[in-house]
Amino acid sequence: MTEATGGPKVITVFLVDDHALFRTGVKAELARAGPVGPDTAGVTVIGEAGSVDEAVAGIGHLHPDVVLLDVHLPDGGGAEVLRRVRTALPDVVFLALSVSDAAEDVITVIRAGARGYVTKTISGRELVDAVRRVHAGDPVFSPRLAGFVLDAFAQRTGAAPVGDPELDLLTPRERDVLRLLARGYAYKEIAGELFISVKTVETHVSSVLRKTQLSNRYELSRWASDRRLV
Amino acid sequence: MTRPRARVTIPGVSTPPEHAPVPPPGPVGVPAPDPAPEPATRAVLCRGRCGRVVGGVASGIADHLGVPVLWVRMVFVVLAGLGGAGLLGYGLLWAFVPEGAGTRGRPGTAREQQQAIGLVALGVGLALAAAALGDSWSGWVTGPLGVALVGAAVVWREADETQRRRWMSGAGAVFGGGRTGMLRVLAGVGLVVAGITVFLLNQVDLGQVQFGLLAVVATLVGVAVLTVPWWLRLVRDLGEERRARIRTEERAEIAAHLHDSVLQTLALIQQQSDSGREVRRLARGQERELRSWLYGPLGYGRTGQDQPRGSLSEALAAAAGEVEDTYAVSVEVVVVGDCPADETLAPLVLASREAMVNAARHAGVGEVSLYAEVEPSEVHVFIRDRGTGFDPATVPEDRHGLADSVHGRMERHGGTVKVRTGPGEGTEVQLGMPRVESGEQT
Repeated sequence: MTEATGGPKVITVFLVDDHALFRTGVKAELARAGPVGPDTAGVTVIGEAGSVDEAVAGIGHLHPDVVLLDVHLPDGGGAEVLRRVRTALPDVVFLALSVSDAAEDVITVIRAGARGYVTKTISGRELVDAVRRVHAGDPVFSPRLAGFVLDAFAQRTGAAPVGDPELDLLTPRERDVLRLLARGYAYKEIAGELFISVKTVETHVSSVLRKTQLSNRYELSRWASDRRLV
Repeated sequence: MTRPRARVTIPGVSTPPEHAPVPPPGPVGVPAPDPAPEPATRAVLCRGRCGRVVGGVASGIADHLGVPVLWVRMVFVVLAGLGGAGLLGYGLLWAFVPEGAGTRGRPGTAREQQQAIGLVALGVGLALAAAALGDSWSGWVTGPLGVALVGAAVVWREADETQRRRWMSGAGAVFGGGRTGMLRVLAGVGLVVAGITVFLLNQVDLGQVQFGLLAVVATLVGVAVLTVPWWLRLVRDLGEERRARIRTEERAEIAAHLHDSVLQTLALIQQQSDSGREVRRLARGQERELRSWLYGPLGYGRTGQDQPRGSLSEALAAAAGEVEDTYAVSVEVVVVGDCPADETLAPLVLASREAMVNAARHAGVGEVSLYAEVEPSEVHVFIRDRGTGFDPATVPEDRHGLADSVHGRMERHGGTVKVRTGPGEGTEVQLGMPRVESGEQT
């Protein structure tokens, strides 16, 4: 979870949200909770944007390590930013940050390439932790996202046939991990609960993220578009 | 780890359309065809404004179908030869296809204009020739009614011009064309009146009464023909106005709702800003209310029929809301799957509520999470906090909450309870309840 490159460094963050008030709040939280620790990387906001165009220009110019991306933006939303930036800058990692509880929005941004989703009610400390984790290459699944993904991959009666089992089905172990994530367990607690290593938990979560992004399962698309959860 | 670089199909996200097969540049000397518009976004059919000669119908159709305008004009000419059908079709399209408002299309070249005028003459000539050859269907074109037709065309064209000017200047005048425009309209009216009069004079062998009636009818027809563009515009403007009114009402409804809820809560929060606990409670309650309005089954923009009332997720969310309001904590609710909240599940909801109350009262933290999963044969609910936890062995005998409200209630109804806790470890209450097969719901 901490970084592998050795000494502590600073993770640069770019903030995309159309509410200036919220950006100010996040910046303050990150400044409070994100200084360099003895063995953890610091987190610093190096730029911010309030619209899709600004975001595309700013990310291209500043090359941040992590982009905190609002799901809802005028002119196309976070997914539009991802579409326009991701091919040019594959190294930039995106973490979706939103008040939206609409499953379709969240799943859309995840499928567009975001490496995780957290709700805006997250505390500053947890947010810094999430930034460090996506930067280290791990997906960040909030309990709500875990619930959405579980629901999307649920085997319902009358569900579409599975096209590619490798991509369209979750293994029982992945399902267990997701369930515990949805119950609010941290990776370490999941590892203890399932008698596996934290590394294995990370592997399972990465695999679930990959399936969520790549599965062409009709069920998944339809589910995301016609279901919104409170 | 390697990041997958495969192309991803994203729901609700349209990938950029493949490029239209642009035809290769033509040989030297032939003007290169326009870059074809992307086939996915075919132009809406509307009359062209730039390349037009008579009414812009042909160029509008050419834009819409993506074919050269010359072909369209030739089709009209051929049809005009066939009993005047081309003339009739052109007139109907002119009347019912709205004029394009944008600057789409390109101005026709001088050569195209000449071609088009030649084609118009050819079409009229063909129609006349067909009439002269005794085709009774197109005989009407040759006589005075043909003159009336030309007059009507002049007036309609002037109406188009006026509409364009109105778009550009925002003025509402019907006869906005100034002196020359007025002259053109008068000339057109003159042609129509003359044509109809001559037509009537040919019918003088009818009786006087019939003649009078005929004159009245003819006048009405003439007026109707001349004012068609203005009638059509009236109808379109009415539709436009109705849309604007619906938008206004929609906005008013949203404003009213935000005023009643969000603004009131913000005012309360400002008054109570000293009490953090109260502010949190107000904010959380308002958030919940707004969410259910925006995304809930009976909220804004829902028909209210897509989800039956009384589902388990709603019942759990309602219970969590009560706990939030009463104890000023926030409860994160995640539900996977759903089913109707029938009476066999009511004890489960009540036990969940009791567990949340316990967490809110004793854990000493502001956050509780609830996770519920509906499986085909069973429903599981997990209530978890990261608070102080407790040692189950030291719970005093007189504390009935967990023992009676949770354990007792669940066991009486065939459910299971597990509690995982320890001092400093937080608490998780795990509830399970078998489902009675009540239907095919999943």
